[in-house]
Amino acid sequence: MSEGAANVAAYVAAQREQAPALPAFGTPSLDASRAQALESLSQLGLPSQRDEDWKYTSTRAITRAAFTPAVAGAPCPREFVSQTTIDGLDAWRLVFADGFWQPELSLLDDLPNGVQISGLGQSLGSEPQRIAALLGSALGQTPHGFIAMNSAFIGDGALIEIAPGTRVDKPIELLFISGCSGEGFLSLPRNLVVMGAGSQAAVIERHVSLADERLLSNSVSELILADNASLNYQSVQQVAPRGFHVGGMFARLGRSARLQATTVTMSGALVRNDALVNLDDEGGFASLDGLYLAFGRSHVDNHTHITHNAPHCVSREHYKGVLGDRGHAVFHGRIVVQPGAQKTDSVQNNQNLLLSADAEVDTKPQLEIYADDVKCAHGATVGQLDETAVFYLMSRGIDRQAARRMLTQAFAADVLNRIELPALRSYLEAQAAQRLSPEQIRESES
Amino acid sequence: MNPAVTDLGELVGREYKEGFVTDIEADTLPPGLDEDVIRFLSAKKDEPDFVLEWRLDAFRRWQNMKQPNWAQVRHAPIDFQAISYYSAPKSDADRPKSLDEIDPKLLETYDKLGIPLEEQKALAGIAVDAVFDSVSVATTFKDKLAKIGVIFCPLSEALANHPDLVRQYLGSVVPAADNFYAALNSAVFTEGSFVYIPKGVRCPMELSTYFRINALNTGQFERTLIIADEGSYVSYLEGCTAPMRDENQLHAAVVELVALKDAQIKYSTVQNWYPGDEEGRGGIYNFVTKRGVCRGDNAKISWTQVETGSAITWKYPSVLLEGDSSVGEFYSVALTNHCQQADTGTKMVHIGRNTSSTIISKGISAGRGQNAYRGLVKVLKGAETARNYSQCDSLLMGDRCGAHTFPYLEVKNPTATIEHEATTSKIGEDQLFYCRQRGLSEEDAVSLIVNGFCKEVFRELPMEFAVEAQKLLSISLEGAVG
Repeated sequence: MSEGAANVAAYVAAQREQAPALPAFGTPSLDASRAQALESLSQLGLPSQRDEDWKYTSTRAITRAAFTPAVAGAPCPREFVSQTTIDGLDAWRLVFADGFWQPELSLLDDLPNGVQISGLGQSLGSEPQRIAALLGSALGQTPHGFIAMNSAFIGDGALIEIAPGTRVDKPIELLFISGCSGEGFLSLPRNLVVMGAGSQAAVIERHVSLADERLLSNSVSELILADNASLNYQSVQQVAPRGFHVGGMFARLGRSARLQATTVTMSGALVRNDALVNLDDEGGFASLDGLYLAFGRSHVDNHTHITHNAPHCVSREHYKGVLGDRGHAVFHGRIVVQPGAQKTDSVQNNQNLLLSADAEVDTKPQLEIYADDVKCAHGATVGQLDETAVFYLMSRGIDRQAARRMLTQAFAADVLNRIELPALRSYLEAQAAQRLSPEQIRESES
Repeated sequence: MNPAVTDLGELVGREYKEGFVTDIEADTLPPGLDEDVIRFLSAKKDEPDFVLEWRLDAFRRWQNMKQPNWAQVRHAPIDFQAISYYSAPKSDADRPKSLDEIDPKLLETYDKLGIPLEEQKALAGIAVDAVFDSVSVATTFKDKLAKIGVIFCPLSEALANHPDLVRQYLGSVVPAADNFYAALNSAVFTEGSFVYIPKGVRCPMELSTYFRINALNTGQFERTLIIADEGSYVSYLEGCTAPMRDENQLHAAVVELVALKDAQIKYSTVQNWYPGDEEGRGGIYNFVTKRGVCRGDNAKISWTQVETGSAITWKYPSVLLEGDSSVGEFYSVALTNHCQQADTGTKMVHIGRNTSSTIISKGISAGRGQNAYRGLVKVLKGAETARNYSQCDSLLMGDRCGAHTFPYLEVKNPTATIEHEATTSKIGEDQLFYCRQRGLSEEDAVSLIVNGFCKEVFRELPMEFAVEAQKLLSISLEGAVG
């Protein structure tokens, strides 16, 4: 057994034990894909810094002691859910406790025709063949062990299906609460969003922790957009300072489909987000925005991978980070333009603001281009607040701390302003303002 | 540009101009590499014991290393036992004292290359240390340089005459086991140049070495060491051509630069080794380790390179900015046509305070060429107010080529200001149209645009090199558009 495989033995054993109880066990295609994922999990192991894609992110804190995959039935306090809701957000809501759907805490009244929202486990129970066929179709190759782990445990999560031509006016919020089973547990939700041709929807995926404990959530979302579909996908991580989160978003876009995704990371001991987008047909548009705040000992790693498989597609990426204390941020953006994907237009941007002497940023914006008639640009910056801007504000009678705070918030607002849902935007602005409080942005004594 | 060639297809299919083989009986070792080969090499050169020990140490470590495979290049595995590690012109025993004594065939070679030594001397006051395969056969202007204390000689001679100086610096920038190819070089290096500029001396002429690979099946393993003592300045030119052949040849050179306090080193390269034919047969494998260190305050190292040749280029001239306020620069034009592959870039490691670095990289891909920029900018914790600006632009010609950018930015100090920009685009149809509409032929228009694209880099080259570089681009690239 290789070294990589050693750190997954506990998970492989747990899967073998739990498998018969997983939803739709006995469906041949699903059993096969779970077994295959388990096989690749034991082969890949959990990633280490020897993997190029994890060069700057150590998973030792996660692999130090194995987590126990949570099982359904953990209680989730209703008060916590109501405390965590976003003021003024009128949305259909699905609540998940350690990855398992809680129908009694969810709000799914008056769903219009053409909109199906439910727990994945329930749907797998009722239509195993159809749902199993959809699972994994946006995933492609398994990029690393965490994704394989999620696929091996496919059980519950959110299933959203929007019928062709349906326009959903209310956003759909997925609230994932980890820590319901107690410390040391692992949740493995799998979400599937299927957008019919010409449909429109907005989805919010939020990950929060019930308590500040050693927890791991490993979530995978698959987004399948048929021709002309348009999806707004906001993912927000508010993980406790000792909590870990590994998330994957895998999207496949049809002709002239449109995906606007925003990833906001507020906190967490280690947060890793993989965003993988395939532009499969002409006219596709993908925009990935991100804001990450890394304070305390927080480590945030954003990996994006956009593949232009067809001509005339547009992709935009705009990631910004604010780092303080011992915060460490990693950005790895990869844009691949496949042969024949002519007239590609792609822009990628990563900007980092360092506020303290112990913060660290590692950024790798990459372009791989195999077609000639393309327009691609990427840029990355790392720096500190502009002293002249601080001076300007001070000359207008604003004290230094307030000026720094104002400029830092404005830096972050650049990404938040792109969020289309007003209630979510103002909620995140307030959260960011709280994170960027005077003590967080104080000047380091150097 | 050759006015006789008007047909685009003809331009694309143009044969390598410098392709020919000079037939000189070579004293060549049979292929293969073991400790005996290294002992033979060392004995052949009458090297001091420490060099042999160093070589053997590198060889033992190399045996435990794996061939790297992370670069964006594809090639068949290299059989290191199939390479001959020594080849020298036969007249080694009685070295020529002046140009007159040089084998006329050699002189003819240079004539064909367009770099006759006499002319070179007269043209720009360049001291030429021409390396023909592995042994230097002519060194000029030595006396003039010796008068001001500049040492410019083959490394083997430096080992004999200045062993302490070489011992102090050899391997101090690129350690023996730095990477796979550097370790191989450390074990088997056969020739190269040594330059020492004493304190406060501004080297009055540009130092230049022309490398050639000649005898069939011999890899060339040069090792260049340049030391600029406090307050000195030197500009060094390296240019390469190689004859046409069918088998892939390995070239694994190491270049080490040391700039002490207030010293400046400017290192310029024009590389147009045989790139292989249109189908990618033959061509040189160029796996080079180049690194400079700014060891004192206010030191400056500047790399300029024009890479148009070789089947595969794997090269990252780097600068370690140790001294406070030291400066590192990297200017590069890399061109890939036909089946050429290039993975090149730089590393700037900011260690001292107030250090700054500039990276300008221009990649041009045509035909089925694959061109990758791979660079690292690293700011260590103590590097207060470090500054970096990087710009990597790629120009694509043809729908089967590729251009890739892999920058790595690692920042551990909040006072650093790091900027990276990259763009990739096709040669502008509107620009071409404008030029054509003003009466320029398509080839001239392309030449104009490409030279403009590369201007920021060419500007950094010494005059004679800039001319050669533009010519090279004209030959190897313009026809690629259609």
